[in-house]
Amino acid sequence: MTMLELRDVHSFYGHIHALKGISINVDRGEIVTLIGSNGAGKSTTLKTISGLLSPKNGEVLLDGKSINGVPAHKVAALGVAQSPEGRRVFPRMTVVENLNMGAFSRGKPDPADLARVYDLFPRLKERSSQKAGTLSGGEQQMLAIGRALMARPTVLLLDEPSMGLAPILVETIFGVVKDINAQGTTVLLVEQNALMALAIAHRGYVLQTGQIVLADTGQALLKNETVRKAYLGEE
Amino acid sequence: MEFNGTLFVQYLIIGIATGALIALIALGYTLVYGIIELINFAHGEVMMMGAFFSISLIALSGVSADSAGAAIIGMLLLTLVLAMAFSALLNFAIDRIAYKPLRNAPRLAPLIAAIGMSFILQNIGIYWQGSNPVRPPSIIPLEYRSYNILNEWFALDTTIRFRLLDLFVLVTTIPLLIGLTWFVYRTRIGTAMRATAQDREAAALMGIDVNRTIGTAFLLGGGLAGAAGLIALYYNDNGWYRMGFRYGLFAFTAAVLGGIGNLTGAVVGSLCIGLIWSMSDGFMKQYVSGWGAQWTPSVIFGVLVLVMVFRPSGLLGEQTVDKV
Repeated sequence: MTMLELRDVHSFYGHIHALKGISINVDRGEIVTLIGSNGAGKSTTLKTISGLLSPKNGEVLLDGKSINGVPAHKVAALGVAQSPEGRRVFPRMTVVENLNMGAFSRGKPDPADLARVYDLFPRLKERSSQKAGTLSGGEQQMLAIGRALMARPTVLLLDEPSMGLAPILVETIFGVVKDINAQGTTVLLVEQNALMALAIAHRGYVLQTGQIVLADTGQALLKNETVRKAYLGEE
Repeated sequence: MEFNGTLFVQYLIIGIATGALIALIALGYTLVYGIIELINFAHGEVMMMGAFFSISLIALSGVSADSAGAAIIGMLLLTLVLAMAFSALLNFAIDRIAYKPLRNAPRLAPLIAAIGMSFILQNIGIYWQGSNPVRPPSIIPLEYRSYNILNEWFALDTTIRFRLLDLFVLVTTIPLLIGLTWFVYRTRIGTAMRATAQDREAAALMGIDVNRTIGTAFLLGGGLAGAAGLIALYYNDNGWYRMGFRYGLFAFTAAVLGGIGNLTGAVVGSLCIGLIWSMSDGFMKQYVSGWGAQWTPSVIFGVLVLVMVFRPSGLLGEQTVDKV
């Protein structure tokens, strides 16, 4: 059953035509990944879904209902949470305040959700009273993901969760994404680290200059000649 | 010349009261700047409008210095509340009309809109109460105008004056400052304001209605400016269409001195500016011949220049304390 669908979506960044007719769908309970190089339109796609950008043409559907032009704070209330590109934690709030902000649209944070996030990222528990701006990049990434989970989302949008992280941390984070998905959350994952993303995704789309050029299962894309050359760095 | 301790304490008292008054205005600059990085140059005029509204309201009510004590106190409280509501809504309306349509325009555009708004409001002020300074309706009985608490309540034998008016400034200002802090740190909307100030896009992703949050900042700032208008009116026994301009510039300097965007900084900066103001207006002339109130703006803007050169992030910096 389709949870999230984009139909021929066109988005603009100022005058730049960033998305040129994107159609994707994500079924309930799936992990779907969008891979592609810098500037392909991956983050723009996520911003268009979460309402930070509104599409010029085409349609974004959540659970069958159009959310075109719905502002970001209302999309969040519909159960879509995003861990944005560049983490975007609140630097002068503590770790626990940041996590509580994640539950803003639900009213009050649920202690069970907090416990779950601390369970996934024990490091955050150790740092709970520290200002988020003083955390390392990896810790901020965990915080951004944890904050998104505090909303108890039905759809989780992850933008480059592996960016700038040590390989060991990347593995941890992808492990957590799999766990979150296994617990029932639908995940749309945007990544430059195509190898890791395709390994955990049910399906994937390859994005190139604002258009989808390939779509297949994660495993099939991993074996695809073009993908291996272009995104996995093989000769 | 010998240091005159009595006189120093006297100007200290005046400086603290003035500083508290400036803080009410400075917080409005800093609240709005913290969220949308706009210096609302019309903010001083919102304070002036609050004062003019108070003049009209008190004159209309017919309550005067001859009325019963309870009627006078009740009327002052009612005027405080209504002047705050009036200025809050005015500030909110200014944002909706002049700044909101320019939210995604280059930063210079809303700044110029703010200067334009300031002129428009000054002209409305002239139309409303004339172009000359006016005395507010007499509502404080004569014997209380120069009532010295230190003599009357504490039976101190001193020439230092701590007037009922000074107390009036402090008992109005301090609860408002505490109330604002409580609002920003303890309520849901306040939390939304802090988050929006730190990262507007991330706040929207958390489910925060950013436009509503910006509107709240204008309401709060306007309300405090309205209170400042009424207080300044009776503290100086004078209201003028240009009063907001002068207070506004001094309060803006105070906000920058404390670290623009920083609430605690705005209060600290305001106390500094209040003290500099009163010392320059009264204390300095005992020691420097030819010194007087005419030098005060130069001193205060001199401070502004020094801050911009040596510590542009202000006394309390940006990183150390929560900004709104």
